[in-house]
Amino acid sequence: MLGVAMTVNGKAVSGEVETRTLLVHFLRENLRLTGTHVGCDTSQCGACVVHVNGRAVKSCTMLAVQAEGAHVTTIEGLAKDGKLHPVQAAFKEHHGLQCGFCTPGMIMTAVDMIRRIPNLDDKTIRAELEGNLCRCTGYQNIVKAIDAAAKEMKGAAT
Amino acid sequence: MTASIIGSPVRRKEDHRFITGQGRYTDDINRPGQAYAYFLRSPHAHAKIKSIDVEAARATKGVAGVFTGADLAADKLGGLICGWMVHSKDGSPMKAGPHPALAIDKVRYVGDHVAIVIADTYAIARDAAEKIDVGCEELPANADPAKAQTAGAAQIHAEAPGNTIYQWELGNKPETEAAFKKAAHVIKLNLINNRLIPNAMEPRAAVGEYDDGTGGYTLYTTSQNPHVARLIMSAFIGLAPEHKLRVVAPDVGGGFGSKIFVYAEEVVCTWASKKVRRPVKWTAERSESFLSDAHGRDHVTSAELALDANARILGFRVKTIANLGAYMSTFSSSVPTYLYGTLLSGQYDIPAIHVQVDAVYTNTAPVDAYRGAGRPEATYVVERIIEEAARQLKLDSAEFRRKNFIRKFPHQTPVIMNYDIGDYDASLDAALKIADYKNFPARRAEAKTRGKLRGIGFSTYIEACGLAPSAAVGSLGAGVGLWESAEVRVTPTGGVEVFTGAHSHGQGHETTFAQVVAGRLGIPIENVEIIHGDTSSVQFGMGTYGSRAAVGLTAISRALDKIEEKAKRIAAHVLEAARADIVFENGEFKVAGTDRKLAFHEVALNAYVAHKFPTSEIEPGLKEGAFHDPTNFTFPSGCHICEVEIDPETGITTIIKFTAVDDFGNVINPMIVEGQVHGGIAQGIGQALLEHGVYDPESGQLLSGSYMDYTMPRADDLPSYSLGLTNTPCPSNPLGMKGCGEAGAIASPAAVMNAVTDALGVKEFNMPATPARVWQAIQHSRAAAE
Repeated sequence: MLGVAMTVNGKAVSGEVETRTLLVHFLRENLRLTGTHVGCDTSQCGACVVHVNGRAVKSCTMLAVQAEGAHVTTIEGLAKDGKLHPVQAAFKEHHGLQCGFCTPGMIMTAVDMIRRIPNLDDKTIRAELEGNLCRCTGYQNIVKAIDAAAKEMKGAAT
Repeated sequence: MTASIIGSPVRRKEDHRFITGQGRYTDDINRPGQAYAYFLRSPHAHAKIKSIDVEAARATKGVAGVFTGADLAADKLGGLICGWMVHSKDGSPMKAGPHPALAIDKVRYVGDHVAIVIADTYAIARDAAEKIDVGCEELPANADPAKAQTAGAAQIHAEAPGNTIYQWELGNKPETEAAFKKAAHVIKLNLINNRLIPNAMEPRAAVGEYDDGTGGYTLYTTSQNPHVARLIMSAFIGLAPEHKLRVVAPDVGGGFGSKIFVYAEEVVCTWASKKVRRPVKWTAERSESFLSDAHGRDHVTSAELALDANARILGFRVKTIANLGAYMSTFSSSVPTYLYGTLLSGQYDIPAIHVQVDAVYTNTAPVDAYRGAGRPEATYVVERIIEEAARQLKLDSAEFRRKNFIRKFPHQTPVIMNYDIGDYDASLDAALKIADYKNFPARRAEAKTRGKLRGIGFSTYIEACGLAPSAAVGSLGAGVGLWESAEVRVTPTGGVEVFTGAHSHGQGHETTFAQVVAGRLGIPIENVEIIHGDTSSVQFGMGTYGSRAAVGLTAISRALDKIEEKAKRIAAHVLEAARADIVFENGEFKVAGTDRKLAFHEVALNAYVAHKFPTSEIEPGLKEGAFHDPTNFTFPSGCHICEVEIDPETGITTIIKFTAVDDFGNVINPMIVEGQVHGGIAQGIGQALLEHGVYDPESGQLLSGSYMDYTMPRADDLPSYSLGLTNTPCPSNPLGMKGCGEAGAIASPAAVMNAVTDALGVKEFNMPATPARVWQAIQHSRAAAE
């Protein structure tokens, strides 16, 4: 077992893990942050997306020890002071979720997408979602939610 | 009644927990002292088990227990069951082989359960499983349903000679044969309905826990119907009496049918929790989901349509081989029979229909209900052959359909169903308009100038959902009734708790059900809580599948009728008026013609304080229950139109426009209904263009066992959909609703494939229309032309 320490959702955390322990399992099992989900075993579905040092990462594809010293944000850390992040609010407003299982990964991917790409359109959003699977929504309302959030955040920034 | 909230796009009450990471799915549940389970699965499609040596695994440090089928048998635990009896045409009952939760003498598909290893961590359990020594003798295997009944095919169950489970028929054979004798045209079509793997995003999971203090078990599980799971585990498997078994289905991450069934893992984890005296947790890896979730579809069909000289349909004849996999899953027998044959009349007035279905065993994962369950398969057969008939008779696809539409309701089909209401012209007209059908020839010509192939395809579908009148399904072999229950508890301060036997796993019941309650009682939706998914709080329920939430909502509506009646009696006493003078409007109980009134919460308080009415006549409290048994199925219908463009150089099919106009009767929440349609269409397009559960026909190895091999629809594979609604309110429930959850998946595959075959100019072409297959078809046509 190895000791690992990092900052998760602004709090310093540490724990004992095996070298093979994945970041997602450290978050879910050690920290009991169960908002980050595991939907596959081949890094395809994106239910496990979190932010590591500000970038979207599939936490099933990173060892916990690789996140040593990193700043990690999970879905639980996205809302600030009880106020939903605009992407969270947009998913609710535009019915961008049904069963909710892929939702945390979708939202974390969307936040990163909006940060990286200044002018999102429907086609770009769909292409950028290639690492996230949803079986419920047919994606239409997810795309709508991301588009609306991007526009709102752009408006707020100018 | 303040109806305005009913029919409004109310934002979902359940969303907050999901968008903030506070959903509580089965794998999020951790019990003190829990151990982790790993299932050793068969790598062979068919093999005799000679011996299983678990000693080395059992001796591994950190292992709490290792169990095999022999251990379950020693405890007299029964096998998994199929709960719907189907009889063959000769009257004999279906021939079901045993389905032990852990294999006894044979394994019959890749992924079949051999042993459970329970350990302190999942990694230890998984590592220890590698030490289990299984001595086995491989047997010839068969994964191809079309070959299952042939001489020399691998015999999978001794109970089912020739691998034939049943040979079922429906309809009138002599009348149908007579129709073909007098036909001016006969259209023939062979079709394969491709095997699908459901792939709810949440993998199945189970946490079993035994409480030595009470002698009771609790099972947390990914289920669409926890009460039915408890009933089966108790009455048939013999795990524990029902009152000693609590089943909780917390947040469930999608089901699409695959979480209706009782699976080996949940039974074994619960049973083993007593053996190891620790809670036992199992969560499927996605690879296990591919191998062992019940799959869908997998039909091989030949169909024939008889028409007179005026293109009126005279008769329809269908023969299908349905692959049920290696074991009969919980409701597998009903899917290719009563959920399939009964829908073969489509939207058309067909005087004579005959369908024969042979259900067969193969060395593949069990096949059972998947979104639409039988009805997509039926719609695919009907709508593909209708389209083919229009093409062969050189008639416009829309007009040929119109010529044969049913227009008088109720309409008794030759295949059991009695359609109560519908207006097929209305949905067709609306769809033609949205799809801009009249300008399609110009678009096709324009595409041709760019070297592209355009095609358009229709699917005017019917479905039967809102399952189902209990006596009717009982007469057809169902082991259960398909009513639903509801209990409405009003708290003394006027809050309302609704306990429903329906289960929500994405459908948004916590919102739509609350809308109906808030609308009926004239109270804010925030004051209503919908409680579901726990056998310890909800008395009983049949769960959610078959777009049957309307049944649950009607049960709630009936309980609300009783609440209103009792509240009126109490209000009459409090207001010192006659019961007959009390009216209930906008959340207030009023004495008609006066200004005397009580708010809903004031009546609630009076009901519990019980100072102002004679408790000898009226019991204190305000709580009512209802069981609602539907009097008919509901029959949503509509028209989907798909327009595709194919690049002949790459074989890539692009959906240019997908139009869906549906008649769901009265709609409670249009936002949620649209979402259901989007998701259904996405699964239908997935079936038509991308998805295919493929087994090697001889080795029985699953070749599409991961997201790298099985093409799940991604955002950039799908278009935005153009939707419309028409409305003929359903007469068989007070809210006038029809089901909306499956229509998209039922209607859309035929629309897509009619468009693809139109673009390619080919008659028979099987799903999925992947670029490789489309390209090959184009090369084949070119070669034939030269």
